[in-house]
Amino acid sequence: MNQHPEQTENSEKSEMTEMSTKPVQGEPLLKITDLQVAFSTMHGSVQAVDNASMELAAGSTLAIVGESGSGKSTTAMAAIGLLPGNGKVTGGSIRFDGQELVGMPESKLRRIRGEQIGLVPQDPMSNLNPVSKIGTQIAETLLTHRQATKKDVDQKVVAVMEQAGIPEAARRAKQYPHELSGGLRQRALIAIALACRPQLLIADEPTSALDVTVQQVILDQIGEMTQELGTAVLLITHDLGLAAERAQNLVVMHRGLVVETGPAEQLLNDPQHPYTQSLVRAAPSVAAVRLAPDAFAAPSGTSGSHAAGEPTADGDRPSSGTAVEGAPKRTAEPLVTITDLTKVYPKRGQADFYATRDVTLEIPRGSTVSIVGESGSGKTTTARMLLKLIEPTSGSITFEGKDVLNLNKADLKDFRQRVQAVFQDPYSSLNPMFTVGRIIEEPLVAYKRGNARERRERVLKLMDQVALPAHMFRRYPAELSGGQRQRIAIARALALNPDLIVCDEPVSALDVLVQAQILDLLKDLQQELGLSYLFISHDLAVVRLISDYVCVMKDGELVEAATSEEIFTNPRHPYTRKLLASIPGNELEIDADAEVA
Amino acid sequence: MLRLIGKRLLLLIPTLFGLSVLLFLWVRSLPGGPATALLGDKATPEAVARVNAAYGFDKPLVEQYFQYMGRILSGDFGSSLLTNRPVLEEFAARFPATLELSAFAIVFAVALGIPLGYWAARHVGRWQDQLAVLLSLMGVVVPVFFLAFILKWVFAVQLGWLPPDGRQNPRIDATHYTNFFVWDGLITGEFDAAFDAFTHLVLPGIALGTIPLAIIARITRASVLEVQNADYVRTAKAKGLAPNLIRNRFVMRNAMLPVITTLGLQLGLLISGAVLTETVFAFNGIGSFLWDAIFNLDFPVLQGFIIFIALIYSLINLVVDVSYGLIDPRVRVS
Repeated sequence: MNQHPEQTENSEKSEMTEMSTKPVQGEPLLKITDLQVAFSTMHGSVQAVDNASMELAAGSTLAIVGESGSGKSTTAMAAIGLLPGNGKVTGGSIRFDGQELVGMPESKLRRIRGEQIGLVPQDPMSNLNPVSKIGTQIAETLLTHRQATKKDVDQKVVAVMEQAGIPEAARRAKQYPHELSGGLRQRALIAIALACRPQLLIADEPTSALDVTVQQVILDQIGEMTQELGTAVLLITHDLGLAAERAQNLVVMHRGLVVETGPAEQLLNDPQHPYTQSLVRAAPSVAAVRLAPDAFAAPSGTSGSHAAGEPTADGDRPSSGTAVEGAPKRTAEPLVTITDLTKVYPKRGQADFYATRDVTLEIPRGSTVSIVGESGSGKTTTARMLLKLIEPTSGSITFEGKDVLNLNKADLKDFRQRVQAVFQDPYSSLNPMFTVGRIIEEPLVAYKRGNARERRERVLKLMDQVALPAHMFRRYPAELSGGQRQRIAIARALALNPDLIVCDEPVSALDVLVQAQILDLLKDLQQELGLSYLFISHDLAVVRLISDYVCVMKDGELVEAATSEEIFTNPRHPYTRKLLASIPGNELEIDADAEVA
Repeated sequence: MLRLIGKRLLLLIPTLFGLSVLLFLWVRSLPGGPATALLGDKATPEAVARVNAAYGFDKPLVEQYFQYMGRILSGDFGSSLLTNRPVLEEFAARFPATLELSAFAIVFAVALGIPLGYWAARHVGRWQDQLAVLLSLMGVVVPVFFLAFILKWVFAVQLGWLPPDGRQNPRIDATHYTNFFVWDGLITGEFDAAFDAFTHLVLPGIALGTIPLAIIARITRASVLEVQNADYVRTAKAKGLAPNLIRNRFVMRNAMLPVITTLGLQLGLLISGAVLTETVFAFNGIGSFLWDAIFNLDFPVLQGFIIFIALIYSLINLVVDVSYGLIDPRVRVS
């Protein structure tokens, strides 16, 4: 579908100035040369992209991989002329289909956007106009670019929606965004982006806001549709595994610079640049197999033999809705026992909603039990009930043999100190008005531990434990990075010497390299302090790095529970298999040992 | 949508019932009782007794209440103690004036406030923005009556462009059906009368509408600033849509939601603002009449007025909710 008309001869030198619409023979569809992008901020100009160059041939897929702040999205937005107000291309060239896009007047760019370059944005929840019908939002593109008339637009909208895999397209077209699930909304955005059959599709983290199983379907959809239309894809992602799986060529960006470029396979197996090497090492999806044995190492003496003797004991029992955590037969009683935990939210006029149903599991002392599931699976509800933030409808929770749901005042006070939490979003879970020192000290003050000097010493020791430099004591959370903030949250959780820390998606808001650091920290602390973790995550790859036991939840029920090894090497429940298969890069055969060298 | 309207109308019943009980008890607890209020402090006991018997004030409270409710439901709010004319008749003569003035004020506030706010947001940080913010700040800080005096002095007294007071030039022979003077002029074809009534609305209307204008401008500015950086606006740009389509369908429709909420609140406040403005411009609306009623404890008028205002407030709220639902589909479901 890419119409490369016959070519006019042109010397290379005149390329930069020439604004003709005729592409140069053999020139790639998109050619970015020495691109410079700067943002003007209160503290002066910040260089977001520095001398970036890359090429994308018609019909092929190129992925830009990098962490947040690497300039990957900025590069893509520059290519479609949609930098935020304070951003500006300060140098270099972006040639698309033979035309120079840098400096092109807005009115001309507008004709390219939507018609020749489509955009699939990151977050399907915020990218659709909430007050306009889905069909209208697709029709706008078609009408603007004269790909449909008022008469046949409805019919064309439905056709495009069907192509994007939206069931009951005619009905959905009349619905508003809030009536659709995240996956369907992303399909609607794909339909918008591809409605005019563009030559280039920019997919900016198109699935990072979606559940894993949905992720894969969406990526497949993009792949199929673009292949059918002959559309080239510029894929922006933080996930190296996903990039390698979907793109022929990769560009790795770091702090505004392109650090490495090359075919996906080669770049993964033989990364040249140190940054790429560290990225390959840290990517959970790719590197899980190699890092896993560490995580299985017995953290403390009490639970030394669980991994070895367990699988057979658990193996005979079919996993059912009420699967029991396969606790090894050992003398020590588990720290936490959860039995038939159910939380029901009554719904008016409809059947009751079971957030969790008959969840049963145990958390042995000193080990990590993970609950994996997609949004709405009930994993967070379970964690909240264990934290006594919400009351279960039925079932029981015991902590060291005591019934958590009926604690007396003194026992409750004790329980509140020994069970701590680390939450997902390090940006909103820390009081922005408190200094780092005060945040970590807060629990010590609340439970009247020591005097001011002793507390200060304790805080500094905690900061040392989580590798936060002491000079951050007086800083505010807003001055720190996401990883540093999550370290604060961990230090605060550790302040009262807890036995159990409930970690609710503690790393999912963090970049890959930082993710790896935080997971390492959690692991080290566990060994040092004999902690137990209940680890909640949607990301199987992350779970694999840290867990001794894994529970898989779906629609409020535990569908499978076993040791980590068992789950990853011998999944029984079809849903677990589906989850495993959805990990991007799972099927890439990467020689783990080669990279270590 | 119809269910929402029905629900809200049903809600009026308990609201008005509660209000009527309060009003009833208030009148009965007036110092010396309602009869003294009617007759004045120096009334003889015999006269008081006579009035009590005549109005039924000597009967048990519950019985009095049912009589009172019966009268209200049949549309009888009693007669003004001051003018001796039925309360409803007085209202019919004066309320249209206040409503006409309020309508002018709110149209003025919306028609200028929303574009001003949008203009400021589009030039954020530049002189246009600062000017708009300064203007809207001045609009809020200047008291209504003071602004009214200034407007009157400049445009009516010094420049003579607009009439200084009244609702219509008494020399114009205008026919009045509804007491909405502009409207009356239009339907009877007396366009000179309509125009004259309109010119009388301008100065008091601007005085009354300035505070809502300033508030609407500020809310619009803040709201547009937020919405124009929304992801869906960027997506709209990525579709290659024309700028005015993006402005109308994406930015303004979403930015209007908080503005409508504010507008509803402002409409409610207009009536109290109208009392002051009407006094300055000798505008014969409900304002001055209410003023006298308060000072003379003209309780039938006050009772009627409070019930009327409650009705108007409820209806405004309903209109706001309905228009909110029209713009925002997410509200419609719940």
